[in-house]
Amino acid sequence: MSETTLFGLGASALVGLGLYGFVIHPEPLRKLLAFNLLVSGVFLLFGVIARRGAAVGMGGDPIPQALVITGIVVAFAGSALAVGLLLRLGQKTGRATLRDVPSPPGDGTTS
Amino acid sequence: MTIAVTIAWAFDALLAATVLAVALWTIVTRETFAAVVGFVAFGLLVALVWVRLAAPDVAMVEAAIGGGVTGVLLLGAAARLRGVEAATAAEWPGKTLRLVTGALCAAVAAALAATMLLLPDPAPTLAPEAAANLASTGVGNPITGVLMAFRGLDTLLEKVVLVLALIGVWSLAQDSQWGGLPGPQRQAQPDQSLVFLARLLPPVGIVIGVYLLWTGADEPGGAFQGGALLAAMWLLAMMAGLAAPPPVGSRRLRLVLVAGPAVFVAIGLAGFALADAFLAYPQAYAKPLIIVIEIALMLSIAATLALLVAGPPERMPPR
Amino acid sequence: MSLALDILSVLAISAGAFFFLAGTVGLLRFPDALTRLHALTKADNLGLGLVVLGLLPRADGALGALKLIVVWLLVLVAGATVSQLIARVAQRAGPAP
Repeated sequence: MSETTLFGLGASALVGLGLYGFVIHPEPLRKLLAFNLLVSGVFLLFGVIARRGAAVGMGGDPIPQALVITGIVVAFAGSALAVGLLLRLGQKTGRATLRDVPSPPGDGTTS
Repeated sequence: MTIAVTIAWAFDALLAATVLAVALWTIVTRETFAAVVGFVAFGLLVALVWVRLAAPDVAMVEAAIGGGVTGVLLLGAAARLRGVEAATAAEWPGKTLRLVTGALCAAVAAALAATMLLLPDPAPTLAPEAAANLASTGVGNPITGVLMAFRGLDTLLEKVVLVLALIGVWSLAQDSQWGGLPGPQRQAQPDQSLVFLARLLPPVGIVIGVYLLWTGADEPGGAFQGGALLAAMWLLAMMAGLAAPPPVGSRRLRLVLVAGPAVFVAIGLAGFALADAFLAYPQAYAKPLIIVIEIALMLSIAATLALLVAGPPERMPPR
Repeated sequence: MSLALDILSVLAISAGAFFFLAGTVGLLRFPDALTRLHALTKADNLGLGLVVLGLLPRADGALGALKLIVVWLLVLVAGATVSQLIARVAQRAGPAP
């Protein structure tokens, strides 16, 4: 089994693991963590495909690698937005849950 | 040289097993803080995997942004949500649901693994085309060439996405605090060792960040890695209380944030006049234009990443 | 000459790996946060220093060797500060139940 196959199988397992954690955990922050694991697994799959495209003296195909760099930065931006929403949810409702929480009485103001 | 190959394979197998073990631990551990720490360790190990996949540029971005800056973001969130999350523990799904989900996720992983094993051989690759056209861009690092020239539109749109995400984070402020200072009120006396580190490290970090940008033209490196390092230095100074976070409504801040995409778009539009398409560089000026774009990009990325971690404005500046 | 340098590299890196192992054993076996911090920082700083020493003959040029040493110094500074911060929090939290 070559190294790319090894890392390819590992990355597939990582995707499955991240997906499981994303569905199972009720706390949104743990879902975010599992989602980041899933995203890392997907990027590693890109990396394996890039490594297999090694040619003309380069270690790997540069196009998938550049796409992954862009993807990592955008995934971080998404995580930052998710954390902001989560903190605001905690501030507004006093709970961190994705289920509907009955709003406290008299909360007609926007703040 | 089969001994070297065997040792390398053993190292790869050990590394993959450790990455999966840390990921598994991050999923199953009960405490959220421990899970976030596990995630930071996971990010650094994945950076090692990227080095083994012969992608040092991606390894640097993963270590800096995936491990470092995301770790700071999630640690801060875990600390602030500590009191609030306890009530959610009652919503854990039952055993059958967990088993069914596990089976389905295993099926997804198996499908991906089967795809990995059935990939075409010889692998299709764009490396020869990239190498053939690299000379016309003037840079020696093929990844910088791809990011700045061949797929320059992707990088431009990604910069715009970063600014949009920042606007999204800022819009979560309460109406009365729009335009204020991001982040909660810092404790009055940050720890002295942190202040010492924040005095010692930023000059070194800034030099290394600019070096990463400059050397990214021909060696692994580039604007993203340098920008992430600069963002980390600014965050360190803000956390130690040595630099006040700027008010979100300040014009200078917004100018710095917008400078990256604006310069990129301006040079792109100039491509209509000087070359023959949007984001086409005239042959003689390709490298200087790329350097100008990268400098503006690095400053914008540094400011945007740091502000994304700092969060929405939460208090007004003192008059 | 290069054989002697290779032997020196292997010895230094093995010694560094041994110190990392000692630090990890200390992390797993010591009873509380402060002693674990002690084990980690002492072993890892010395371990990393030995690994860097072993890699110096293989660095490309004086600039490469200087970069390796700067890496070691930065890890020293960051590790020392972080262990101070953790120790202060652990001390404030009191002994574990």
